[in-house]
Amino acid sequence: MLLEAKNISYRYQNGPWILKDVTLSVGEGERVGLVGPSGYGKSTLSKILAGYIKPAAGEVLLDGKELPAEGYSPIQLIYQHPEKAINPLWRMKDILHEGWVPDQCTLNAMGIEQGWLERWPAELSGGEMQRFCIARVLGPQTRFLIADEMSTMLDVITQAQIWELMIRIVEERCMGLIVVTHNEALAQKVCTRIISLPELNKL
Amino acid sequence: MSNTICQTIKKSTFFWQFNLRTRTLAAIAGAFVILTAIAAAGILIDPASYAPQFQQKNLAPSLTHPFGTDWMGRDMFIRTVKGLSTSLWIGLLAATVSSVIAVIMGVAAATMGRRTDSFILWLVDLIQGIPHLILLMLISFVLGKGMFGVWMGVALTHWPILARVIRAEVLAVRNSQYVLAARKLGSSRWKIAVKHIMPHVVPQYIVGLILLFPHAILHEASITFLGFGLLPREPAVGIILSESMRYLTAGMWWLTVLPGASLLMMVLLFDQIGENLRTLMNPSSAQE
Amino acid sequence: MANHDTAPVLDIQNLSVKFRMYDKGLRQSELQVISDINLNIKAGEIVAVAGSSGSGKSLLAHAVLGILPKNAMVSGSMKYCGTELTPAVQADLRGRDIALVPQSVSYLDPLKKVGPQVQGLYGTKEQQSQVFNRFELAEETAEKYPFQLSGGMARRILVSTAVISNAKLIIADEPTPGLNPEIAETTMKIFRDLADEGKAVMLITHDIDLAFLFADRIAVFYAGTTVEIAPVADFIRGGDALRHPYSRALWNALPQNGFKPIAGGQPYAGNLQGGCPYAARCSHCSTECTTAKTIKMQTVRGGEVRCCHAT
Repeated sequence: MLLEAKNISYRYQNGPWILKDVTLSVGEGERVGLVGPSGYGKSTLSKILAGYIKPAAGEVLLDGKELPAEGYSPIQLIYQHPEKAINPLWRMKDILHEGWVPDQCTLNAMGIEQGWLERWPAELSGGEMQRFCIARVLGPQTRFLIADEMSTMLDVITQAQIWELMIRIVEERCMGLIVVTHNEALAQKVCTRIISLPELNKL
Repeated sequence: MSNTICQTIKKSTFFWQFNLRTRTLAAIAGAFVILTAIAAAGILIDPASYAPQFQQKNLAPSLTHPFGTDWMGRDMFIRTVKGLSTSLWIGLLAATVSSVIAVIMGVAAATMGRRTDSFILWLVDLIQGIPHLILLMLISFVLGKGMFGVWMGVALTHWPILARVIRAEVLAVRNSQYVLAARKLGSSRWKIAVKHIMPHVVPQYIVGLILLFPHAILHEASITFLGFGLLPREPAVGIILSESMRYLTAGMWWLTVLPGASLLMMVLLFDQIGENLRTLMNPSSAQE
Repeated sequence: MANHDTAPVLDIQNLSVKFRMYDKGLRQSELQVISDINLNIKAGEIVAVAGSSGSGKSLLAHAVLGILPKNAMVSGSMKYCGTELTPAVQADLRGRDIALVPQSVSYLDPLKKVGPQVQGLYGTKEQQSQVFNRFELAEETAEKYPFQLSGGMARRILVSTAVISNAKLIIADEPTPGLNPEIAETTMKIFRDLADEGKAVMLITHDIDLAFLFADRIAVFYAGTTVEIAPVADFIRGGDALRHPYSRALWNALPQNGFKPIAGGQPYAGNLQGGCPYAARCSHCSTECTTAKTIKMQTVRGGEVRCCHAT
């Protein structure tokens, strides 16, 4: 499978262009780092790739076809703040099972303990919640993961734990991974290829 | 001062403690009991008990007549309770209808596109722009005064504030990351509405509804007092107050002061319930 | 009060913080979130407070500023330049002698121009111009609204709010996460300059690698207490130069070092039973670690550590 972005341009209404003619492609089993200073449209591009927002021009293709608008998306986004990506009024179990029901194997791999399932989000730490956010998007139909500053708010040990798990799962399932980060050292350790967005962006 | 690095929770052994939660719950329960008693009393009171008894005219408050009697010898305590009960029922009806309008308007504004949104916001501004009491009198007058006119008037004028609150809440949840993520996880619109948005709106709705009651009751009383509301034959606090005004100069203070104070008490009780519920539900004050 | 000049700007002794919380239903219980912290910051020094979220480092800042929620109970002693910090003293010093640099522009009033916000309660227009000059902010910036600021500008504005007061103690709560490296470094340089002028800076952060470059000492927090306070040089060298196994684990987990995690997670404050809070994840754990009621900070090789096995 191949995820392609062709000549993507984007701006807010009539504001200045944020992205102009951005083209990139990510294959299965690839781990691509997307780096660049803040304010250069990294997050906007990840939202366009995941189908959260429509680009002003250009298209995002998965194996040459457009992304489905409804139903479980094969491209999933993981956010910077897990506490915002989780409904605070839901139990962790319901949050985990929203898209699919992960098997025990996945839970073990993600280091999710059985006791956490019955808890409320406020009772878990950021690192623990982020594991749930990752596990819930690992459904069988997921082909590409986009991690937008996924570990920025976590301490270094939890960060290392989560990336270790993430790399293992992505390799096992032969998924594509796009890592948006401003931590160069992290990108070097995690990724097989690094793209600088300011160089792609033809502003 | 603790020198240990061991951290423990001290479990208290009592089931009951005097703390914010027990106090608020007690306040809510107490207010609720009194209000239910008033509502029930209004239905159960025998009209004969406040019938005119001309041999007992103009009595000051005493043990047999706690609120005294009026110029026709009617017992003011029983009349007041009856009046409060009428106000209460009108308030309940009007506030409930009003809150339903608020939910429909709020949800519609948040979900049905920009045009509906600006139309509803315009309507909200319009209603809030006109002085409350004047609009109320107009609606009540057009609908022929009486019971129907009053509650329609109150219902039609009190929804804007709650509608705004609900609109804001729905908008915030709808655009939250967890709802965006839910859509990509394949959750249907229906599931998102029921499972994600509803649980956030319901507590706001309940507190809003309870805080609407005192408004509705006071406004019912004030337009009735001004003569644009209930008819003189319907026993309501507004009627009692406006009739009694003429007797104030005769030194019969109990005819206005006691029913007026009771009305105020009832309104404050509702306010208490609403504010206490809000304290319990607001995370920043719930732990005190 | 004679030792005003020699006393550390901030001296914390045996600080503990508890919260009264509701369990299920109506019962209340106490939850100890900070226990037995000893920490001092001298003039001219940046002390980085590092640790994972939930380790109590932000609560420490709130305790010093006196802005903990109402259900918190504080014990122990905190001294500012030799004066005991009571709630009344804290209210008086806050914003004038002790300043907080907030985390992001969302702490500013979005409907007010930044100029008056930088001046705050005690500043003047002239002071504001001086501060802007110093941080290379154009005079017109004062006329802008918070949403019009770029990331780097916003940082400097936030620091300006703290500097204008001429505070001796500056507390910065997570000033860098989410910033790109250039802006983060610029921000840290500003704090370094402030310290070099004789101010004391408490830098709360989990970007421990940035602290390596700019701090003088690092205090590592774990589960509500300090496990190691050591000069920054030891952290740069890493490995055996560090005294506590948790500090070593932090160092090894950095992407530029081993990127090697240790298993497990920080225990929840309510589940701690005494002994060393790190015992469950520690490879050197012995019976002494779990049975001891308290483990005290001890001085080892010029740093302080809370570990029975430190040498």
